[in-house]
Amino acid sequence: MSDKIKVFVLLGLLFLFFGYSFYLYKLNYSPENSATALADKGKKLWQAKNCGACHQIYGLGGYLGPDLTNIYSTRSKEHIKAFLHTGTNIMPAFNLNDSEVSQIVAYLKSIDATGIAAPSRLKIKNDGSIER
Amino acid sequence: MVVLKDNEFKKKFSFNNIVGTQYIFVALILLLCTLLFGILGAFQYVIPGLFRNIFSFEKVRPLHVSSAVFWILLSACGVVNNYLASVKGKLWSNKLYIWQWYLFIIAILTILVSYFFGIFGGREYWEFSPVLAIPIITAWIFFIINVFKSIGNFHNQPVYIWMWMTGVVFFLFTFLESYLWLIPAFRTNVVKDMTIQWKSYGSMVGGWNMLIYGSSIYLLDKISGTEKYSYSKIAFALYFLGLFNLMFNWGHHIYTLPIPKYIQYISYAVSMTELLLLGRIIYNWKTSINTAKKHYHILSYRFLVAADVWILLTLLLAIAMSIPAINIYTHGTHITVAHTMGATIGINSFLLLSFVFDIFNIHKQKTIHTITAGLYVTLAALFIFWLSLIIAGILKANWQMNHYNTIPFGVMMHTLQPYFISFLIAGIIASIGIFIIVFTLFNHNIKQKS
Repeated sequence: MSDKIKVFVLLGLLFLFFGYSFYLYKLNYSPENSATALADKGKKLWQAKNCGACHQIYGLGGYLGPDLTNIYSTRSKEHIKAFLHTGTNIMPAFNLNDSEVSQIVAYLKSIDATGIAAPSRLKIKNDGSIER
Repeated sequence: MVVLKDNEFKKKFSFNNIVGTQYIFVALILLLCTLLFGILGAFQYVIPGLFRNIFSFEKVRPLHVSSAVFWILLSACGVVNNYLASVKGKLWSNKLYIWQWYLFIIAILTILVSYFFGIFGGREYWEFSPVLAIPIITAWIFFIINVFKSIGNFHNQPVYIWMWMTGVVFFLFTFLESYLWLIPAFRTNVVKDMTIQWKSYGSMVGGWNMLIYGSSIYLLDKISGTEKYSYSKIAFALYFLGLFNLMFNWGHHIYTLPIPKYIQYISYAVSMTELLLLGRIIYNWKTSINTAKKHYHILSYRFLVAADVWILLTLLLAIAMSIPAINIYTHGTHITVAHTMGATIGINSFLLLSFVFDIFNIHKQKTIHTITAGLYVTLAALFIFWLSLIIAGILKANWQMNHYNTIPFGVMMHTLQPYFISFLIAGIIASIGIFIIVFTLFNHNIKQKS
């Protein structure tokens, strides 16, 4: 394989890669997932406390605790707040104040808008792909 | 293909146990830290709530993950620096090489200590405070300059040189891309944020794999005594296919997200053929080298063969997980963890250790026997460890698909306990095996120096 061909193939791949990357950066993702200011604070707090080490969102995250994608619609707001305040026998209490608890709840609400935690709710198509 | 004279070949593939060794020693200590934190984490699966108030899982997990990533990165940098110094006679800048090392050490120590104080980045999976990315980025820029300046030009270079150049650049790009979440326009839409996050992290693994697989091809040339592989069409086909995978196969992480369907199709189609080609190359090479050469590089050879086995096992899982209809079952289960463990321990770590043994050039029979014993213990335990995770994953997949709303999460986790116990025991035994390997290597070097 000559150097010219190698450079040509490399440049072609780079063109495709950067084109795809910038297309994805600009893509209009589901607008119902756009977080409010409160939910954005909740997301930052979620990260600061490293909640993802144990919990999953959209099936991505740790495996020790449950997936919380749809926790907002399956449990009451009060139930979530109680867990956040007291912790569980596995999860430590993170000493969050009321305002911080509300931020996390707002974040979980924004995820619940389009997320599906139970994969059984997704459809498997004949071509091997899946559909919501 | 460039045909080298015997003395030129010897020079290009000479032993050099100076450049990169400080990287490798720190990396090996990080490997031991990875195992220690991994065992602590596994205990928390078996005894839920253990260390809940003093050393809970949200601290243990990043300590384990970051130690593992830094073991891979630091050793890969050390190996590439070492091999590059052999190929080109010397590195372009010794100062940049030293500064890269100091910056890495500062970053690694600060990151690991920050977890103990509860300072996190909170991203899945490799995370730390974004400020601490600055020394890593700076160190990596030094590395890129040194790699490119040492190589000089593209003309008639073997495939491993192309892989090193691509790997260093793509790692930096994807690492920077993983911080786009700091910009509100990327962060405030959770689907966009997760798409870009997994795009960057998926490709980042491909970036460091380029460094490791490139080094494995250099080592194959060295052991076989011929450069025919690194200039072959199949080697360049592997390289471009690997690059293609690095760029586009990350979508399997996010099949379940509400994203446009073509992202799913692109990833599905690209799949993970890179490992298949590498396996083929190693297989071809294995049958071509003669016994004398194999025995001269026996430790490197054994670790390469071990990695070859894990390439095949991981490949089976990877192909399955890249099919959306199967991914729906494996997503969010321990099967994903099994795949990660197979790739990081079975492939990356075994390949990296094969380079380490090549660099330290061990020929003492007793040392070889002890390290080989450590390898066999690790291999056997790792297989049980991997199998335990797969069984736990299958049971969780069954729960996710059939009993998600009827059986509580805690009850499901309780049914997985026997597999968590076998995963813990196998993990401890595999760690003992790796400890034997690392300790013997350290001991060998101390004795050699004294």
